[in-house]
Amino acid sequence: MKIHEYQAKDILARYGIPVQPGKVAYTPEEAEAIARELGGPVVVKAQVYVGGRGKAGGVKFGRTPEEARAVASQILGMDIKGLKVEKVLVTSMVDIAEEYYMGIIIDRKSQAPVIMVSRAGGMDIEEVAATTPEKIIKYPIDMRTGLRPFEARTILARAGLPSQVIAKGSTILTALARAFIECDANTAEINPLVLTRDGQVQAADAKIVIDDNGLYRQQEYASWAEQEESNPLEFRAKQEGLTYVKLDGDVGIIGNGAGLVMTTLDMVARSGGRPANFLDIGGGAKAEVMEKALRFVASDPDVKGILVNIFGGITRGEEVARGVIQAQAHLPEGMPIVVRLSGTGAEEGKAMLKDAGLEWGRDMREGAQKIVAAIQALN
Amino acid sequence: MSILMDEHTRVIVTGITGREGRYHTRNMLNAGTRLVGGVTPGKGGQEVEGLPVFDTVEQAIAATGANAACIFVPPAGAADSIMECASAGIKLIVCITENIPVIDMTRAILVVREHGATLIGPNCPGMCTPGLGKIGIIPYGIFQPGPVGFISRSGTATYEVVSLLTEAGIGQSTCIGIGGDPIIGSTFVDYLKQFEADSQTKVVVMCGEIGGSDEEDAAEFIKSSMKKPVVAFISGRTAPAGKRMGHAGAIISGNTGTAQGKVAALQAAGVPVADTIFDIPTLVQEALARIS
Repeated sequence: MKIHEYQAKDILARYGIPVQPGKVAYTPEEAEAIARELGGPVVVKAQVYVGGRGKAGGVKFGRTPEEARAVASQILGMDIKGLKVEKVLVTSMVDIAEEYYMGIIIDRKSQAPVIMVSRAGGMDIEEVAATTPEKIIKYPIDMRTGLRPFEARTILARAGLPSQVIAKGSTILTALARAFIECDANTAEINPLVLTRDGQVQAADAKIVIDDNGLYRQQEYASWAEQEESNPLEFRAKQEGLTYVKLDGDVGIIGNGAGLVMTTLDMVARSGGRPANFLDIGGGAKAEVMEKALRFVASDPDVKGILVNIFGGITRGEEVARGVIQAQAHLPEGMPIVVRLSGTGAEEGKAMLKDAGLEWGRDMREGAQKIVAAIQALN
Repeated sequence: MSILMDEHTRVIVTGITGREGRYHTRNMLNAGTRLVGGVTPGKGGQEVEGLPVFDTVEQAIAATGANAACIFVPPAGAADSIMECASAGIKLIVCITENIPVIDMTRAILVVREHGATLIGPNCPGMCTPGLGKIGIIPYGIFQPGPVGFISRSGTATYEVVSLLTEAGIGQSTCIGIGGDPIIGSTFVDYLKQFEADSQTKVVVMCGEIGGSDEEDAAEFIKSSMKKPVVAFISGRTAPAGKRMGHAGAIISGNTGTAQGKVAALQAAGVPVADTIFDIPTLVQEALARIS
């Protein structure tokens, strides 16, 4: 689950990491009031769940409270990569001497959280990694002990951070490691970590992504959930508990099991069709789940026909067939549906579909070919 | 011969009194798996499908001599169950549970390694050796004993491909679903090694998917250390970057984890990669023909 910069900074502050003072504004008037309260020049930053806000014009300076209000009114309501800006963070401007990068991710190879620190702060770290990987120091956290202070100092020194940053910076890094582990994060980033002209070290920007699987024990952060995706269908699917990804074609796809659904997408593409979505109903789905999934996929205006591909294990063919038949009355008229059933209860399910006059495919390939042909026949 | 399981394998089920635990305990018994008991804290002394239930894994091992475990414990306690099994001396741990917090897995993995146990999963369908039984939830009826070692990151896609092989008259030695999570106990390379050494296995089929670089590592290993032929399939060729395709681990980040990259790495290692799953049986037959 993504959270906003101001929320990430709130978490960091709880762990004793210095961040610039600031508050969230929902209107230009609020932005002006916050700027007045802070005193001095401010930065007004769009709070949306995407990177590259600065390039998109979502980060602006205000030298006076009036100017803060003016730039806030430009940023609020702005569209950044499909997401509408509904709030801005107003923070004091810092006098930056140097910028660094500090981040932690879950690394699949080392099967541990891995720290990354670089002197090249403020830039996209993936770009740094691609062009000058030697500038990034990587270091896995030993989960038996957590990150110890000496390790943090060693990492910063290896990254070439100046002596005056080592003590403060290593306190920040150990705190970041603790926050990462305790908050069930799978990404935590301070970019940039800044050294100010008066010798302070603080987080000027922050990004934290919380592991969805840890949300059950991170109730407060779970309550921060907002629409993450620019696509409203994906947002609605999440609310309805469906594992769904929107794609750009016109063939709706439903299956059980992530690998099987992915394989089905590939098969439809191979048969000359273009998948409109990925939808995994998971294991052991009942008729009601099948019905909900079908009605959901059909509600996508891009979808012209739907392929249902089920390999029954715990999922039963009769349940799938019943769900498809129940959904039929609610689907747009004439929308072709092809169902392919295999495994547990497939024969019973096929008989039910046949009685209801529905198409089915013998195997995944035939199912894919049939739905692609049916959609082409519509045009 | 086959890998992982043999006639000495004695399996306990943790989370045996739950709905999934009970259901799959019955299925595993029907498949002929040598199940010897189960564990649910607080339910010691009960029975499930005629098997004794214990409060702890330690008690279960003492009473039954168990050396393998199948975990159906819900996500909040699953990593703890993995660590309990490894610490108590279980050598083969299969974790079916999906949605385990990843930070819990970073701890559990350390305990598994420390005790020299093998962990399959989590978020996996388990493993199966036709003729001997299965540990996990793979439908047993689709298998027949034979020469193909099978490794896959997914569940239902595995069933699909195994069915195609069986329909084509090609049996399997052992099948392992390694799991769809970013942190899993064992990967392609672990089982490629074992299949290379297994006398029953003549050809290995590996089904990968987008995300991570385990398939690239496998390609490297095949090129440097394998004599037996390998046939591969990669799903997610149509998946967009940056989107999680159902499995927590199935995501293309930046340029890493693409299907195209994996296909290219495998082909460069001399591995034929099937265009669609329907091409897999033919590629396997060709490989078998070349050997004999």
